[in-house]
This record gives sequence, C-alpha cells and structure tokens, in this order.
Amino acid sequence: MVQEDPKNMNYEPIIGIEIHVELGTLSKMFCGCPADHFGKEPNTQTCPVCLGLPGALPVPNKKAVEWTMLLGLALGCTINKESKFDRKHYFYPDLPKGYQISQYDAPLVRDGVLKLKVKSHLPANTTHQALQAGKLKVEEEKSIRIRRVHLEEDTGKLQHAVIDGKRVSLVDFNRSGVPLVEIVTEPDFRSTEEVDMFAKKLQQIVRYLGISGADMEKGSMRIEPSISLRKSEILNPKSETNSKFKIQNSKLPDYRVEIKNINSFKFARNAITYEIERQTEMLEHGDTPTQQTRGYVEAKGVTVPQREKEEAHDYRYFPEPDIPPMRFAQEQIAKSKEQIGEMPDEKKERFIKEYGLSEYDATILTEDRLSAEYFEDAVKCQKSKARPPARQVKSQEVSSKTIANWIINKKVDRASVTPTQLLDQIIIAAQSVFVSGDELESIVTQVLDGNPKAAREYKNGKEPALMFLVGQAMRLAKGKSTAEDLRKKIIELISK
Amino acid sequence: MEIKALTIQSALAGLRTKQFTAVDVVGACLTNVKKFNEDYQALLAVVDEDVLMAQAKDIDATDYSLPLSGIPIVLKDLFTSDGIRTTAGSKVLEQYVPVFDATVVAKLKAAGAIIIGKANQDAWGHGSSGENSDYTPTKNPYDPSRVPGGSSSGSAAAVALGMCLAATGTDTGSSVRLPAAFCNLVGLKPTYGRVSRYGIIAMASSFDTIGHITKTVYDNALICEITAGKDAYDATTSEIPVPQYTNKLDIKLQGVKIGLPKEYFGLHGMDPRVSDVTRTAIKKLEDLGARIVDVSLPHTSVAMACYYILVPSEVSSNLARFDGVRFGNGRETFGMEAKRRMMIGTYALSSGYYDAYYKTAAQIRTLIKKDFDDVFGAVDVLVAPSSPTLPFAIGQKSNDPVAMYLSDIFMCPVNIAGVPAVNVPCGFVGDLPVGMQIIGPQFGEERIYQIASIYEKETQWYKKTPKI
Amino acid sequence: MSDTLTSSDLAHIAKLVNLSIDADQYDLFSSQLTAILDFVSRLQEVPTKNIAPTAQVTGLTNVYRDDVVDQPRILTQKDALANAHETHNGFFVVPAVFE
Repeated sequence: MVQEDPKNMNYEPIIGIEIHVELGTLSKMFCGCPADHFGKEPNTQTCPVCLGLPGALPVPNKKAVEWTMLLGLALGCTINKESKFDRKHYFYPDLPKGYQISQYDAPLVRDGVLKLKVKSHLPANTTHQALQAGKLKVEEEKSIRIRRVHLEEDTGKLQHAVIDGKRVSLVDFNRSGVPLVEIVTEPDFRSTEEVDMFAKKLQQIVRYLGISGADMEKGSMRIEPSISLRKSEILNPKSETNSKFKIQNSKLPDYRVEIKNINSFKFARNAITYEIERQTEMLEHGDTPTQQTRGYVEAKGVTVPQREKEEAHDYRYFPEPDIPPMRFAQEQIAKSKEQIGEMPDEKKERFIKEYGLSEYDATILTEDRLSAEYFEDAVKCQKSKARPPARQVKSQEVSSKTIANWIINKKVDRASVTPTQLLDQIIIAAQSVFVSGDELESIVTQVLDGNPKAAREYKNGKEPALMFLVGQAMRLAKGKSTAEDLRKKIIELISK
Repeated sequence: MEIKALTIQSALAGLRTKQFTAVDVVGACLTNVKKFNEDYQALLAVVDEDVLMAQAKDIDATDYSLPLSGIPIVLKDLFTSDGIRTTAGSKVLEQYVPVFDATVVAKLKAAGAIIIGKANQDAWGHGSSGENSDYTPTKNPYDPSRVPGGSSSGSAAAVALGMCLAATGTDTGSSVRLPAAFCNLVGLKPTYGRVSRYGIIAMASSFDTIGHITKTVYDNALICEITAGKDAYDATTSEIPVPQYTNKLDIKLQGVKIGLPKEYFGLHGMDPRVSDVTRTAIKKLEDLGARIVDVSLPHTSVAMACYYILVPSEVSSNLARFDGVRFGNGRETFGMEAKRRMMIGTYALSSGYYDAYYKTAAQIRTLIKKDFDDVFGAVDVLVAPSSPTLPFAIGQKSNDPVAMYLSDIFMCPVNIAGVPAVNVPCGFVGDLPVGMQIIGPQFGEERIYQIASIYEKETQWYKKTPKI
Repeated sequence: MSDTLTSSDLAHIAKLVNLSIDADQYDLFSSQLTAILDFVSRLQEVPTKNIAPTAQVTGLTNVYRDDVVDQPRILTQKDALANAHETHNGFFVVPAVFE
C-alpha cells in the first residue's frame, strides 16, 4: 500500500439516494383502476380520478398504506402515528391534476437504518506485511440511515413522436395513480459499490415482503442518486500553526447533483462512476459543480444537464383536503410488525445455524423467499414420516446439505419438481446401482484414452474393436452400467 | 298547465292521483324555458325536447312510486352530467361533455327526476351575484335590472321562472343561500360531508357543499333525503345515517333557543330596510314560541380574511388540472376573477408566505369553528340575515372585488365552520325579496328544516312569485 | 404585514400557477391583489400561538378503500380521449416537452 501523493486533492463521494418502488397492489392508489399497467394499450386503464377529470376525488388504497408500513418496519424505521397526504404542485403533461398527491411533513415512515457489509477502507499507510499478517479487517458493517419512506401516486408516461413533421409528446395515463413508495436515504454512501449493495438489498427485502416486483427494467423500481464530492481531509481549523495536521472532513458539500433516467443496476453504477469522475475533474480545475438535475444517457455513458437553469421547485405543499388524516394505534403497528416474517439476512443466518450450510450456500438459497421455502419444504418432507407407502424406494435419510447441493448445483426447476419429488430423485440417485451420466462419461473416456489403437480401429470400421472396448469399459464400471449404455457412450465419444 | 304554484310535493300528489302527467309537468317547464331563457339567461344548456318527453313518458308508464318521479330538475353547471355539456360557467369548458355522472346526479336520476338542463353561474363558483359568468349573466326574475345572487345564479332564477321544480347548487361561501334569498326561495347549504362532492367541479375542497334550491321547505327536505349520505367515492362524506327529514318537520317551537350573533346585526353597511324585515321575522319566531338569545361569534371580524386566503389557495390548486390536454381550452381562457383568485391563492401557498398566510388562516379557522361549537352548546340554532343588502343592481359592485367579498360576511363563517344553514324567505321590500338564514350545528339539518318549516307555514312568502 | 406586489412578484406567481397575464393587465392585477392582501393582513392581529390548523372540518380519520378493481368506473379508451383537442393512436398529444 503506497501512500497517496499529498499534493493531489483527495475527494470522496457523498451520495444519497431516492428509490421509488411501484407497489404490486391490484388497484391504483386513489381509485379502482388496475395497477398493473405494463404493456397495456394506452389510456385503457383510467377513470375520472386517475385521469384528473373535473369533479373526481381520491380515496386512498388501504393495502398500499399497510404495505408501506410493512416496508418501513422491515427497514427498522419508526411509523409516524399521525400521518397525512399533501398536494405537491407542478405543471407537466403527465401530471393530470397539476399536483401530485404525496406526503410532505408527516410521512408514514421515518428514521431507520439498513446495515451493509462493505470492504474496509484500509488506512493510507497500510503496509504489505500488516495485510499479509491478517491483522486488518477486510470487511466491516456500514449503516445507511433511512431518512423517510412515504407513499404517493405515480404520474402518466410521456413519449416523444413526430406527427406530420411536428415534434410532439404523447401521453398515456395508464400508469397515473399507481401507488409509489419513495425511500430517501441520508447521504451516507461513499462509493458506487455501497449504492449497488444497498439497492440490491432493498430490492430483495421488497420482494421478500411480496409488495412489489421491484424490477428496474420494468420501471417498478427506480433509483435517483444524488452525488457530490468533498475533500476527504481538511486542515484542522483548530490548529494554530501552519502544520499539515489534517482531520477528517465532516461537512456536507453545499451542492448536489441528482441523476435521473437510470433503468438498471449496471446503469446506476455507470452513471455514478461517470458523475464522480466528472465532478472530480471540475473540482481539480477549481470549478464548483452546479446544483442541478442530470439525466443518464446510456448510449454515451454520460450524464447531461436536464434543464438549462435549475430553479428550486416551489411545490406549494398543503394538506390534501380531500383525504382525512391517518392515525395509527400502537396495537396496529405491532400487528403489522408481526406480519413481516423472516427477512433475508435473518433467514440466511438461521440456515447456516440450523442446517449447517456454508455462507455461500445459505446466501444462494435465501436469495429469494420462494427458493428458501422450497428448500425448507424439502427438508420438512424428508423429516416427515407421512410418506405414501407405494414407494418403490426405501425411505432413507437425506441430509439438508445434500438437498441444498442438489437445488444449487443441479438447477432444479421448482415449477415442475415438487419438494417431495426432489427427495425421491435424490434417494433414487443415491441408491442407484447405476452410474450417473458424468461417471459414465468418465469411465468411457478412460477406456478410450487407455486403448487408442482399438479406438482407431473401430473408427475405421472394425466392429470387433467396439466389442473389445465395451468389455474393457464393463470391467472398469464394475457392473454399475449396462453394456448397452457403455456401447452407446463409446460410439458417441468416438464419433466426436 | 300552471306551474307557478306547483311544488314537488303538490306535483307528486297530482301525478300519483292522476290529475296530470309527467309529460304535462315537463311540458310546462319547457314552455317557461322557451319563454324566459333568452331574457333571463338562467340556463346554459337545455336537454333536447324529444329526449325529455321520452323520459317523461317513461315515468308516466310507472306508478310514480319513486321519490322524485317525473320531477323536472336543473343542475348547476358545475355538476358533471354524463352526455350533457358542463361548463362551470366558464369558457375554458365551453365544449366539455363529461363521460360520467356526479354521485348526486346519479341519485337524482335514480329517484326518477328528469334533468331539464344546466344552470348558468359565476364561472367556477367565483362570485356572489352571477355577474362573473363567462357567458351572459343571469338576471333576477323579481327585477331583471338586478342580480339574482350567486354563484348558483341560474339555479335560483330557473326555479323562480318555473323552468323546473328544483335546482341543484353548491355553497362554498354563500352560493346557494344568497341566490335563494335574492329570488325568494329556500336554499340549503348542508353540513360539509353530508352530501357527496364526487363529480362536482371543485372550487375549494374543504369548503364546497352540495345543496339545492326549491320553492318550499318540504321540497328542500325531500331532495336532501335523496342526495345526502356516505359515498365510497368521496372520502370526506360522513357515515352518520340520513334522517327522513320530511317526516320530522312538524314540531312546536316552544323551548327552542334561537341565538342572534351580535356581530351579524347592526353592521355598518347593512340596509336598514333589510334589518327591519329581518327583525320582524325574528319577532315572528319569538311569537311562535322560540326563545331569542343574544350570542357572540367573536372571530367574525377576521372570518372574511381567513376565507379569502384559504379558498383561493384551494382554488389555485383545484384549477391546476385545466391545462387543455385531456379536456377544455387552454389556461389563457380563464376569466379575470378566476385568474385573480389563482394568483392570490398561489401567493398564499408559496414558499416564504405559507406560514404567514395559509397556515395562519388555517389556525384561525380552528378558532372560528370553535366559536360555532361553543355557541351551539348554548342555543339550538342561530338566525342571521342572508345578505346585508337587497338584490343590487347589475354592475353596481362588480368592479370592486373587496366590496363584493364583503357581501358574504354572514355567509362565509358558516362554510369555514362546516355547519349547515338554510335560507328561508322572510319578507319583501317592495317587490324585492329578503331572506334569513337558519344556521345549525354539524349534521343539524333536521333542526333547521323544522324551524324553517314552521316559519314558512306561518308566513307563506313563497306565494309571492315574480311578476313575469 | 401588507405586501405591495411588484411586477416581478406577479411574474413569478404567474409562472408558478402557469397563467399568462397580459402586460396591460399588470397594473390592474397588482393593485387589486395588493388590496386583497391588505384586507387579509388583519389575520396577523389574531393570536394563534399553539392553535392547531384545521385542514378537515369533519373530524374524520382513516378513510380508505379496499384494494379491489372497480370495473364499472374504468373508462374505455374512447371515453378517456373523448374531450381532448388532439389525440393520436390512443394517446393524448401535447407540444413536444423536452427533458
């Protein structure tokens, strides 16, 4: 580890993110139109409410509120006992009412934290020896603070077109009114990797809760990072001499750049990386980046300014008069908490302890809730004595580790193989007199390698050479394969 | 047939005893539409005659058991009516034809009512005289050189002109009660949350109430039975069951305590003739057995200021959806009054001013509401004049918005507090009608109808119809 | 507190609320709005410390709808587009909006 050149400015990224998640409710946030809008014909899933027709009124979706609370609780947040909706005003063609019903100063959820396991930042004077001696922690736990989680409605969709030579925008309101949860973090991220980890963890939690598909490509999960840079060390202001004594800089930068139009985790990483480089270059030239919103352009791998001059929006928030406020009792919040169930990290730790699985295997099995449940169903099946009597196979102990291995390595298709059937497969394989396909291949390969002359002779058409090879293979297989199988395999491998 | 003296009550009786048919009733109304609409501009749209006659014939094929069988009704033009042009009195919606019915409209239709047409109004509900209509303003049937009151100007005129037997309206700051007072009619402003606002083009969401105008108290109570009630499409409607108001009108006034808010009487700018008529009416209530008590609504002096921050704020928000994309004309089509209110409202909500204006007004609203809650602990109802003046001349007030705002001084506090009030005719100055308000506690429609009914029975001012 | 509205105030407000005010109407608006603001400034005289603002006079709380599809209220594409000035292949058309 070489110490950084002290003459170079050392900038560290200060990143916060806003994540929007479209809830997978049946109906929209404030009306009964279907919420599933992906791939539908334009403007076929609207009503007076989500189309913003005069006289229409919003009535909030109870499930959307409950699911937002669930998410907040799963993220270790506090539920605000008194909450309400507010109107957020701005004009845009995809916003039919000229305001979005959102939440301002009394969101449903506030103040939580999500812990990530990140690579340690090794100190600048780390020596090679120290690293090799294993005296340094390579991984540490980092807390990302969640400022708030609130509920709002989605807007319609705009797309660009040219009609009769004129550039226009086309608007589809099928998405207008779909429930949207917004998660806002503090600017606690210090690297692209941390953002990536957090976003994936959040996606996993959301999917575990079953409240959304959280699919970046489909737009049911969107990330907007806000990035700024600051000098990682500054001269100690308390130092009375001109000494080079530096301290960690804890002041937040006075600007930030918001990035929109990110449609995948990869784009998010690319966009953040690009933006850090862009801002670093500006700062090293002595320029301060302007506070602005920029859009990510995947084709060029860059971010571009979205507006000429970013004016601070005056959204003129006021409490939504058409929707009475919400009050939550402690018992209700406690009941919601019970509904969360086991979250991925918890489940992974339990799998390691309870089933003796490796961290790696446990991580894969608990990646999504359904695969974890499948695994546990199979383990339960194996433990249960209620197996149908008409089984050709003897009941046999199958270890959890074996089951885990099968699921992970043999890529079992959960849709067509029930846990019970999986167990049968495992048992049959274990009890099988016959060798597996891989072993068969291995045996035949050995025979062919060991008898090149006979192999060549058969290739040239001499049938007796084949019989000789089959005999050799039978001896090696020690009765665990049929002559027919061996013959077929030999022919197959020779003709390759 | 002669429709001047016909009420909903007598029409239903006549239909059910086969003295006449729905075709007769609707025909008589249409005759009046043809006769008077050109001069008085009460209606902005009239349903096709053939359609109306067909509907009337359908009703005549029934046994008239529906509560409003065959009753011709006019809807204020900000009531969304499926297939009937709806303008809210504005040029912005000049060609707007809705594809759904407001809840109240659906209820009236389901009750057998026949929608004759859409009534003229101050555009978007912005006004108390009818002069802010983007179309030709309505005239007062009692004196066409004067205003009929607003914003439900056409609604009141249509009933007074015999174009229908009832008309719907909205009351955000006076807009049912004032035109009712200026046209010698009964007008209800219900409790906020009593009647669904779904499908009613919104003016100020926390103030708008959905009312109606009729000739008599019984008629009014009957319609309220039908329109009131919880609506799944309006989250601000109450679950409190709707009483059968018409069954409870017959009471005695003995023991009823009527409060007179001292801030509403002896006001500078009050026409002394209106004062006299009102005092006579109050005396009559006393003679009928009520006990008259002086009360105070201490925050009355700031009620108008409070109103003129909160309402324009909500207006500026509710009119944001009119961007010409999905319906209507562009925003440049808005009239001056609408623009004025949107500008004030936007200012009051804007960054740096929200606390001083909107938030402060919302706090004062709490104080005003408390005034009413407190006073109803002491008395059963309040009585107040409906207007400080007689119906004024067209053009007299329209250039001074502040003066216009002041004419709502007895009206707006009621909307701020969300309580119900009914205007009942209480006399004349020459040929010009005077009305008084009976104000009740939240969900006190039953009580105010009772008092109005007794007074009406005694005085029968509704019999003095316009000389047209 | 009484504010006089300057023309740049007016321009700013008009922009926020997406209205265009003709140059020859500026003075009229300015004086009328200033008069109204004058009128409402008396609100400042009322002591409001610790008074909760009222947003909802009904006293209702927790009003929701169940998460079900309301089929009868869904508009056909034709009805949804019925009152638009310009449509194209099922979409509403607006002048091009640039990001």
